[in-house]
Amino acid sequence: MTVQQLIDALSLTVFSLSDPQRQVTGGYAGDLLSWVMGRAQSGDMWLTIMSNQNVAAVALMADVACVILTEGVQPDPTLLSRAQEKGVNLLGTPESTFTAAGRMGALLA
Amino acid sequence: METIKLIYPVEGGDLIEAGEASSKMKLTLKKLGLPQDIIRKASICMYEGEINMVIHADGGQAEVEVDMNQITIRMIDSGPGIPDVEKAMQEGFSTAGPTARELGFGAGMGLPNMKRYSDDLTIDTTVGKGTTVTVIIKIPQ
Ligand SMILES: Nc1ncnc2c1ncn2[C@@H]1O[C@H](COP(=O)(O)OP(=O)(O)O)[C@@H](O)[C@H]1O
Ligand SMILES: [Mg+2]
Repeated sequence: MTVQQLIDALSLTVFSLSDPQRQVTGGYAGDLLSWVMGRAQSGDMWLTIMSNQNVAAVALMADVACVILTEGVQPDPTLLSRAQEKGVNLLGTPESTFTAAGRMGALLA
Repeated sequence: METIKLIYPVEGGDLIEAGEASSKMKLTLKKLGLPQDIIRKASICMYEGEINMVIHADGGQAEVEVDMNQITIRMIDSGPGIPDVEKAMQEGFSTAGPTARELGFGAGMGLPNMKRYSDDLTIDTTVGKGTTVTVIIKIPQ
């Protein structure tokens, strides 16, 4: 599944989208940044409620396919500009992390 | 490939700007055409090291060397040093303050991540003098 297909399937909010054709191969949910870098895989969608600029750097280093801000969290302006500048796919959903992860997991299965 | 040497200064104190050195290194490794998983390992190690220099040591310098066989990242600071390296290496051990934690850091997973993603990790530290963390990532031939 591509990031664009994920957006369409779940009506995700698009904050920044530079690589809509990137393949999504799995998922990870978490807010502790080092935990995410230790456990997330390349190509994952990363669900988090963290909205600061460091999220863009972590997404870049961990090479995730996209970041999904859950619970209706809005990106800080610095995160938004960083994501655009670095080419990080940054999306959002009003759903809880639990609900969103359930629906996304079903899509990937 | 000739040995390539890159030097990145890391500003202390500014957690919001942290990640610049790692981003730049990642771009350079990409341009060198290294395998994606090797770039990912190096980037995560470098970012964890960069964050540590910012949070724990008021900045420092990262020196990166790339040759045919490996990437060597040396993160050098003149901070407080690490009194108990064995403890610092444990998952979950952290002396990070509330500001770092609010931003999502301080999980005590940085050094363990560097160990996980590198082929060799060396910590050379003296209390009151500073710390040099060196990671080596081998490039499969
Ligand atoms: N460059 C450094 N200078 C001084 N202390 C450090 C340095 N790097 C790590 N430490 C110490 O080791 C601990 C563990 O580091 P780490 O595993 O990266 O976790 P965290 O950064 O989340 O605290 C830190 O909390 C700190 O006490
Ligand atoms: Mg750390």
